Amino acid sequence: MSSLTDATDHPLDDQTLRAMMQAMVSSRVFSQRVFNLQRQGRAGTNAPVDGSEAILAGVSYALDPTQDWILPQYRELVGLERFGTDVLDRYVLYALGHPDGGHIPAPTRVWPPQISLATQVPHAVGLAWGMKQQGEDGCVLAFLGDGSTSEGDFYEACNFAAVLDAPVIVLVVNNGWAISTPVSTQTRAKNFAEKSHAFGMPGVTVDGTDPVAVHDAVSDARSRAVAGAGPTLIEATTYRLGPHTTADDPTRYVPADELAAARDPLVTFGVELAARGLWSEADEAETIATADARMETAVQAGEARAVSGEEIFEHVYAHPTPRLARQQAEFRARQGLDGARPQTRPGGAS
Amino acid sequence: MSDSQVMTMLEAINHTLHQEMARDERVIVFGEDVGANGGVFRATEGLHEQFGSSRVVDTPLAEAVIAGTAVGLAASGMVPVPEIQFLGFSYQAFHQIAGQIARLRYRTRGRFEVPITIRSPFGGGVRTPELHSDSLEAQYANIPGLKIVLPASAADAKGLLATAIRDPDPVMFLEPLRGYRMIKDEVPLGEHLVPFGQARTVTEGSDVAVITWSYMVDVARRAAEELAAEGINARVIDLRTLVPLDVDAIVAAVEDCGRVVVVQEAPETNGFASEVIATINDNAFYSLEAPVQRVSGYDAPYPVGQLEDHYVPDVDRVMDAIRATAEVPT
Ligand SMILES: Cc1ncc(C[n+]2csc(CCOP(=O)(O)OP(=O)(O)O)c2C)c(N)n1
Ligand SMILES: [Mg+2]
Repeated sequence: MSSLTDATDHPLDDQTLRAMMQAMVSSRVFSQRVFNLQRQGRAGTNAPVDGSEAILAGVSYALDPTQDWILPQYRELVGLERFGTDVLDRYVLYALGHPDGGHIPAPTRVWPPQISLATQVPHAVGLAWGMKQQGEDGCVLAFLGDGSTSEGDFYEACNFAAVLDAPVIVLVVNNGWAISTPVSTQTRAKNFAEKSHAFGMPGVTVDGTDPVAVHDAVSDARSRAVAGAGPTLIEATTYRLGPHTTADDPTRYVPADELAAARDPLVTFGVELAARGLWSEADEAETIATADARMETAVQAGEARAVSGEEIFEHVYAHPTPRLARQQAEFRARQGLDGARPQTRPGGAS
Repeated sequence: MSDSQVMTMLEAINHTLHQEMARDERVIVFGEDVGANGGVFRATEGLHEQFGSSRVVDTPLAEAVIAGTAVGLAASGMVPVPEIQFLGFSYQAFHQIAGQIARLRYRTRGRFEVPITIRSPFGGGVRTPELHSDSLEAQYANIPGLKIVLPASAADAKGLLATAIRDPDPVMFLEPLRGYRMIKDEVPLGEHLVPFGQARTVTEGSDVAVITWSYMVDVARRAAEELAAEGINARVIDLRTLVPLDVDAIVAAVEDCGRVVVVQEAPETNGFASEVIATINDNAFYSLEAPVQRVSGYDAPYPVGQLEDHYVPDVDRVMDAIRATAEVPT
């Protein structure tokens, strides 16, 4: 039974519940589309969202996009549209290997994907610390996976966050796997929330297939954070329904029966909303069509976006060093960008 | 039964791990996803089945503890062959590799042997996500106590890996991602050891010496082949190991050719090419007929997919450098 049916006077109105379902369905459409782009040779390696949709919807609707920050790992960017439509547009660029994929424009309070696992947790603590120091409202939420909790950065950051009473929420997406490594190989702790005791902060495990449960846990954590009561560790449990990434073959290690028994948040929440008269097959079809069209636009714009090789040299420093400037000048000459000399062999990258 | 077989570099590495584990039961392979999954590139495929989960161990996702436990395992008498899934994630293990593994013998005045071989793929050209492509060999070469080994052929992958595993000192065994399946050659099936500190001549020539390592050997070889048609004969030298460095081979190449190009994929500033050039300066300066040319990545972080072909040195850039060097009048 979900937290929605438990609470008769739940603060989430019907419109928000529907919006969360729409976000969940859309995020899977976006993710599938990016996955397929890789299969067609148009995008690089990417990690599908399947199984995490409810967590992203719950987080998105519990936080305040005008005050709070989200620091994702890499699987989450397709499900954060409530924080700004440019999150998805930039994620598409990211998947296409365009340098602007790393730049989510202000004022959207979302950081780009993090590949170096758990490094974002110290960043989130520092950001929260700085906000607190400067008297800013709001909090910071960092996502990380079950596997990533084994990194020292996770422990060091949580420990310091508690010492600082930093307004930060550390959200562990426990989807059972870190590539081929199961949770039982990461930890002997009963669950990830339990680790909060060692840090001296509250910790809670929620059903990550239930967006309302996630919403409520994040809301509580946010209230504590902005009231100055410090950080919270949230573990949201789900199951990774797809491969780790486009480069992975999960049939080598995921037990078929376990996968078959896993709950699909789109199904469970859809059924629940349908029972309340809030969702229908027509709604689902319409949401998918809208998401498809939205994605088509994003991909077309992304693929049409020009890129110059010279962007290698931009943003390395605020002002390039003389040597970097020399390298850029040599590059321009090689490319014939100054009309100097043409490439020896056009497109002759080996 | 033939005594050699054509293998990809990946197959050669896998084959060697099988042989070394069978030869010495102290060899233990561990890292992220190296077990049932056989590694994300399948370098450790089949080891788990053959040698079991106590010798082929999936670790928690934490590079520092992978490198750090290697120290203790080595001290206990084991022969650790840990894998860091991508060299860019060795940053998370840097304090253990640089601060501990490299120094254990020294700080205990020889009490402990450190027969650790850290295997890790690196290098660009395959559209990986951030930090999967960074060339960090120079960073590690700057750490006394480590040996730096970079195979550029499948046969060398075997011979150098076997030598590394049997070596009493810690080795960074750096595998070119782009070469895993692209590099293919004849590999001896029996015992095959390639000693450290002996460079390999890839193409013969006496006009210009091209000194390089890892995947850039292949790029340099193709450049040399194209230039042969223009009448420039380049001698491509694969250093194979940066530490120890084959100074004699470098000196001989300078003496024979008088003109040198050094090629590296890493950024220009403080790359290992600088060390090669300084070595030439120290040992063969008066044999030079032209300034030594350097072809490198740029002094920018390794870029995203759409930019990487512009970043990684390619055949054209190497050819231009060879031509420019060859053209300098004596
Ligand atoms: C520091 C670091 N080590 C290793 C990797 C390679 N790697 C990428 S994803 C991954 C598994 C992550 O699992 P988890 O944290 O559970 O997140 P999930 O993929 O399940 O969302 C690994 C080992 C990496 N990206 N960064
Ligand atoms: Mg996981």
